[in-house]
Amino acid sequence: MITPVHYVALSALLLTIGTVGILTRRNLVVLLMSVELVLNAVNINLVTFGHAFHDARGQIFALFVLADAVAETAVGLALLIALFRNREIVLADEVDLLKW
Amino acid sequence: MLSAASLDILFFWLFALVTLAGALGTVTFRNPVHCAAGLAASLIGVAGIFLLQGAEFLSVAQVIVYVGGIMVLFLFVIMLVNIRQTKTERRFSGNAKSALAISLVTGGLILYLLTSRPLLLATPLTNGPALLGNTEQIGEALFTTYLLPFEIASVLLLAALIGCVVLARKTAS
Repeated sequence: MITPVHYVALSALLLTIGTVGILTRRNLVVLLMSVELVLNAVNINLVTFGHAFHDARGQIFALFVLADAVAETAVGLALLIALFRNREIVLADEVDLLKW
Repeated sequence: MLSAASLDILFFWLFALVTLAGALGTVTFRNPVHCAAGLAASLIGVAGIFLLQGAEFLSVAQVIVYVGGIMVLFLFVIMLVNIRQTKTERRFSGNAKSALAISLVTGGLILYLLTSRPLLLATPLTNGPALLGNTEQIGEALFTTYLLPFEIASVLLLAALIGCVVLARKTAS
């Protein structure tokens, strides 16, 4: 029997993998992809609880998260292109202008 | 002949496997194009998970928005930016070991808390009486109760659109 615990556990695993990606990868594009994984884990949770309580609001909130993820990715990729144009950087640990 | 319940179980494990395998691929592959393929697989798996929970509209939106839109965007940027350079570079940053340890401990803690006690969560999902179709339900809620957040989301998308054009524009310097 598949219970909400299964879905939430899947979401927790996805969150963990996404977090590992965000914290360890150097390539900025892959970093943004890992952010998508984390946002998808959130969406699985929202839909699961909406389903468990027979409430459409979980899905509505997930839709807003989806719209937000789109905006975030687009701006992130635009920043990346600007960064590459100006300084030929695609690796996260080379962006250290504000470090001292 | 498989019953509906066992089909549910079968498809849950199938989609969960696709989701997690794709996610692992995204995080570990060397070539960013392969990472993008892994991400696409993971997102399609999540769409399947949505479908299993009766969120048809969200599932279709997920495939169209993510796999149709965002993945193409990612691939464009990969092609524009960095395909040659990243093949020889190190994949993981210098503090990868401690970062890995921290995220694994956190994830393990979440999983332990989830499974160690019989929460409200552990009740099996029952299918309540559906009043309307899923899409109809969402549409009605979105255009009545949640009209203001909906409009704010459109403003957010407009702002992101303009921001992208300004940021990625070639400046005459």
